[in-house]
Amino acid sequence: MAITLSSDHAIPGPPLSARLSTPQVWGIILLAPYLLVFLAFVVYPVGYGLWLARHPASYVALYHDPIFARAAINTLIFLVIGINFKMLVALFLSGFFAQQRTWIKWLSVLFILPWAVPSIPTILSVRFMFNPEWGVINTLIFKLTGEDGPNWLNDPTVALSMAIGVHIWKSLPFWTLILLTGRLAIPHDLFEAAEVDGASWWQKFRFITWPSMQMLYITCTLLSMIWTLGDFNSVYLLTGGGPADLTHVLATLGIRYLRLDQLSLAMASIVCALPFVLPLMYFMMKRLSR
Amino acid sequence: MKLPTLREVGTEARLLLIGIPVFIWTMVPIYHMFLFAISPKEDAFSGKLWPTHPTLHNFHIVFYQEHYFLRDFWIQFWNSLVIAVSAGALTLMIATAAAFSISRLRVPGGRTVMNMALFTYFIPAAFLAVPMYRTMGTYGLLNNHWSLILAMVTIASPYAIWVLKQASDKLPVELDEAATMDGATTLQLFRLVYVPLMMPSLVAVGTYALLLAWNEYLYAFLLLSKDTDITLPVALGNFLAADDSPWELLMTTGFIYALPPAAIYYAFKRYMVGGLTAGAVKS
Repeated sequence: MAITLSSDHAIPGPPLSARLSTPQVWGIILLAPYLLVFLAFVVYPVGYGLWLARHPASYVALYHDPIFARAAINTLIFLVIGINFKMLVALFLSGFFAQQRTWIKWLSVLFILPWAVPSIPTILSVRFMFNPEWGVINTLIFKLTGEDGPNWLNDPTVALSMAIGVHIWKSLPFWTLILLTGRLAIPHDLFEAAEVDGASWWQKFRFITWPSMQMLYITCTLLSMIWTLGDFNSVYLLTGGGPADLTHVLATLGIRYLRLDQLSLAMASIVCALPFVLPLMYFMMKRLSR
Repeated sequence: MKLPTLREVGTEARLLLIGIPVFIWTMVPIYHMFLFAISPKEDAFSGKLWPTHPTLHNFHIVFYQEHYFLRDFWIQFWNSLVIAVSAGALTLMIATAAAFSISRLRVPGGRTVMNMALFTYFIPAAFLAVPMYRTMGTYGLLNNHWSLILAMVTIASPYAIWVLKQASDKLPVELDEAATMDGATTLQLFRLVYVPLMMPSLVAVGTYALLLAWNEYLYAFLLLSKDTDITLPVALGNFLAADDSPWELLMTTGFIYALPPAAIYYAFKRYMVGGLTAGAVKS
């Protein structure tokens, strides 16, 4: 028997409490704490920040601040050199750590240290090693040559390169570990078959390793780009943005404006990075939702 | 005994050629810190690889707070500890509840919430810090430990939820069904079935959040300012402001501060590496 309902007599839906099963009500209750945190500490701040950055005057002021132009260029150098160098070395080292040797296992245990320990004591340690008067590097240079070593952190180019070095030192283990996990996931018989056919190590890399790891490598590079943009410690703790504010990157510049109580400038300088960040976000979200 | 072939010796030599620079590169800043911590002041600057008279005197000065810069050492250590433990525990509670809700209860919109959560990581950390600082001010939380705890929970939770959801999807549905048949309520299912089975992942995630909060510098530096409120990393950063920083004490304090995370990392290494990289390679 078919029951037909005329549109005039649409049956009202049951109340919300009846439509949801008990587990689903619990589901909503259990998800609520995180949602609150997300709304209060991500959505609201981001919206508020964008609202603060709405005045065109801030961008004009930024444009006329020579420190901003310098920081933007530094950021670009930091990203291009830092990330590519780091990821290529990580790819290479993941092959090294994949070798079955007891001593390589032990080395890999130590190799994680830079990533496992907090950045402030180690970056300060590097900073002190390069201290022109008492640092161990210049002490050694003096012992070997009898001449005073350079004032490492006083030259903006050298100081920025060292900040990039510190950034690589800190984050290399993490990416090596991720790429190593990816490398170990490649079926081993592929390599054995290639060896039987007499493939060279380069051919094995070119035709087996790289095709299997390509997507992982690209994803890691993009994610590392976002994280590198947000790296405040490497520059701030090593150079403090100096000498003469010449080694700032956008991350430290934003915080600098914030400390000077120029909040709209701080937000505007960050918004300037959005054209770089948005395509990355888009790509990463697409990768994740697959 | 079988002698290694020439080819094997060559391979080993090439591996060492990579291994030795990697070892030096990794250890130099850490060893330099350690060397300063065990060197008397006059030895520290000599550029030797091992001090002539190694000493624990620097540790004594730090532990007994016998220097102007260190007069709040223990309270700052305590602050770091309280904030890290609170952030770890709170992240664990929030993330476990969320992962259970998304993966086991299949709450409508759960997946969307998780993807939104991961969006947090696509905002560079220093960029989010600027508006978050202002927001904490609006909420009246500046210079209060809660500001740092909540900031750390915000940053640790998305990844925690993600890792927990991946692990929890692997648990068979039949378990939930059997428990429900036996008359378990949703909360009993969570407490008696889900949490015990998820223990290894929970350890990994809790440790991850704890270490993240213990190691954090930028947010701690922005959100807290009073000498008796700040955490150890901020105190270390403040050393730098002085012209005559006692570097051997700074390095000793840094060494003490870096020790717990390294120890915890190695103690839970098995869980951490497994739990935290498992999700990354899935593609």
